Amino acid sequence: MQTDQIYSQLNDVFKEVFNKGDLIITDETSADKIEEWDSLQHLVLMITIEKKFGIKFTAKESQSFNNVGEMVKVIQSKLD
Amino acid sequence: MMDFLSLKKNLSKDFSSFKKIKVAVLGDSATQFLSQSIKGYGYEVDLNFEIYEADYNQIERQIYDQSSDLYSFQPEYIIIQKSALKLLNNFYKTSVSRKSAFGETELRTVREICSSISANSKSKIIFTNYNEINDGVFGNFAAKVESSFLYQIRKINLGLMDIAREIKNLYILDTASINSSFGMNKFTDAKMYINADMVYSLDVLPEIAKQIADIITSIQGRIKKCIILDLDNTLWGGIIGDDGIENIQIGSLGIGKAYSNLQLWLRELKYRGIILTVCSKNTESLAKEPFEKHPDMILHLDDIALFVANWDNKIENIKYIQSVLNLGFDSMVFLDDSPFERGMIKQAIPELTVPDLPEDAAEYVPFLRSLNLFETASYSEQDAERTKLYQEEANRTILYKSFSSEQDFLSNLEMVSEVQDFNKFNAPRIAQLTQRSNQFNLRTIRYTEDDILKLASSNEHKCFAFTLKDKYGEYGFIGILILKKQNESLFIDSFIMSCRVLKRSMENFILNQIVEYAKGNGFKNIVGEYLPTVKNVIVKDLFKDYQFKESSDRWYLEVEDFVVKETFIKRK
Repeated sequence: MQTDQIYSQLNDVFKEVFNKGDLIITDETSADKIEEWDSLQHLVLMITIEKKFGIKFTAKESQSFNNVGEMVKVIQSKLD
Repeated sequence: MMDFLSLKKNLSKDFSSFKKIKVAVLGDSATQFLSQSIKGYGYEVDLNFEIYEADYNQIERQIYDQSSDLYSFQPEYIIIQKSALKLLNNFYKTSVSRKSAFGETELRTVREICSSISANSKSKIIFTNYNEINDGVFGNFAAKVESSFLYQIRKINLGLMDIAREIKNLYILDTASINSSFGMNKFTDAKMYINADMVYSLDVLPEIAKQIADIITSIQGRIKKCIILDLDNTLWGGIIGDDGIENIQIGSLGIGKAYSNLQLWLRELKYRGIILTVCSKNTESLAKEPFEKHPDMILHLDDIALFVANWDNKIENIKYIQSVLNLGFDSMVFLDDSPFERGMIKQAIPELTVPDLPEDAAEYVPFLRSLNLFETASYSEQDAERTKLYQEEANRTILYKSFSSEQDFLSNLEMVSEVQDFNKFNAPRIAQLTQRSNQFNLRTIRYTEDDILKLASSNEHKCFAFTLKDKYGEYGFIGILILKKQNESLFIDSFIMSCRVLKRSMENFILNQIVEYAKGNGFKNIVGEYLPTVKNVIVKDLFKDYQFKESSDRWYLEVEDFVVKETFIKRK
C-alpha cells in the first residue's frame, strides 16, 4: 500500500474514533494535540486501526507510539 | 449488530424522552467501556440508563457497606461483572489442598453478596457467569481432576444457576454462552486485557450490552408472545400448491432436515408458552394437508393457535391475527422467507419484529437462536398450555356469534371463579401476570416472584388472585388485586386482568370483591389511581365508569354508596 493511502485511511479512522469529521492528521499529531485522546480512547484507536488494515499490534507496540508518524511506520512494515 | 463506536456515538444523543432506569455497574476489572456500551445500547431500546459505576474492583466493599455510594444511588439493577481471568488468578493463589473446594467457596461468596444486597436494597441483581477457560494445565484430563480449574469453573457456573433458581431477584447474564458463540480470542482482546485490565473485546461489548438490555426489558414486560409463520419455504422446502405433499422438503427429503430443525425449535418455544400462528398465501385445505397427513411434520394443527391461509393481503391477515389474539404487535414475531413480503410487512407494521431470515434454510435455526428474541423474566409450567387456551378462545368467539345478546352468551358460559390469597404456589403465575399484562393494568407496576411472596405476608396489604373457568376450559389465573391499607382507605395498588377475559363481567366480579372486603373489614372508602402508558388506554375511564369521584388525579369511592355490579360469574 502507498504511504499516502495509509495516511488517508488512518485519517478516516481518527475521524471515526474521535467523532470529528474535520480532523486532519500529520506525522506530528499526538495524544496531547487531541483532547479526547486518553488512554482508553487510545485502545479504541488501536483496535479500530487493526480492523481497518487487517493487522495486529502487539501489546507492547500499542503502548509505544508517540505520534502518528510512528504509527504509520509500523503499519507500513506490517503491510509489507 | 451495532458496533462499539456506534454505541459510543449514541451517548451524545437525546435520551430525555425515554424511561429512566438506574443501573449500577460493579466489576472486578475495568468497566468503563461496559458502562458506555450499556448506556449507548439503551438508545436502541428507548431506555435512559442512568449509570453509577463503582471504582475499580470494589464489588465487595460497595455491597457489604450499608452506607456505600452504591446504596445511596438506589439502583433498580446492580450488574456484577466478574471475569474468568480474575477467577483464574485467584485459583492460582489458592493452595493445592484447597483447590477442590475453590468453587464452593466462590459460590458461598455469591450467596453472601446476594443476601447483603437484598438486605440493603430492592435492586435486582444481574450477575455474569464465567467463560469456561481450559487453562491447559491438565488438558482434557481436567475432566477427571476435581482440583483442576476447568472442573471448578464449570462447577461455579452450574452453581450460579442453582442459586438463581432460589434467589428470585438474581438473574444470570450468560457470558459463557456468548463466549462460546464468539470464541475465546474474539471475546477477550489480549492487548486490552494486558494494557487496561478490560476483559471484553470491543467486538463482544455490544452483544453483552444487548443481552443486559434484553434481561432488563423482559423484566419490564417487553417480551415476545407469539410467532406468525409463513409456510412455503419457511416451515417446509418447496411450495405445497405446486409441488404437492409428497414433494415438499421436510424430514429426509432434500434439505428437509433444516426445516425439521426449525419445527422442532418452534415446538420447544410453544412448550415454553409462545403462541404459534400461521399466515400463508395458500388455499386453506392444501396448506393444512401437511399438518394433517405428512409423516415427517413435527408441528400439527393442534400446535397452531390460529391458522390463516387465504389469498388476501398478508398485512390484513396479520392484523386479523393480532385482533383475534388481542396481543400487541410489538410482542409478535413474523417469520417469512421472502424478502419482498418481509419488506412490505415491516413498512406496514413497524412495531412487528421481522427477522431477515438467511437465504439458506440450513442457517434459519442458528440465525434465529443468535437473536435472543425470546428472553423472558418468568416461566411456569402452565405456559405450555397457552396454545390450548387461545384455541378455546376461538371456540368462544364462535359461540358468541350464535347468541343474540351478550347476557345470554355470558350466562351460557357457566363461569366460575376461585378467589385465592397470594401464596408460594400461585406466586410465579401472579408475578408473570404483573409482568405480561399491559392493557388491563391500571398502574403497570411489575412485581417479581420475590415481591409477590413479600406482599403475601405483608400486614399492610391485602391481595387476591382470581382464577376463571367456563364450560370450554380453564383460563387459570387471570386477575390480581393488590390493596394497600391506609387508615380507613383501601388504595388499589394493582388491579390487573388478563385480556383473554375482557367482556366476561370479570372486572365487575373483582370490583365487587374489593368492596366486599372493604365492608367486611371496616374500610370507609376505596382509592384508585390510573397511570397512563401507551398500552393501557382501555382502563382509562374504568374508575369513572364505576362512579368513582375524581380529586387531584386520584379516584374515590365511598363504600356506603356502592351498588353491587352485575356479574355472570359464580364464586367457587
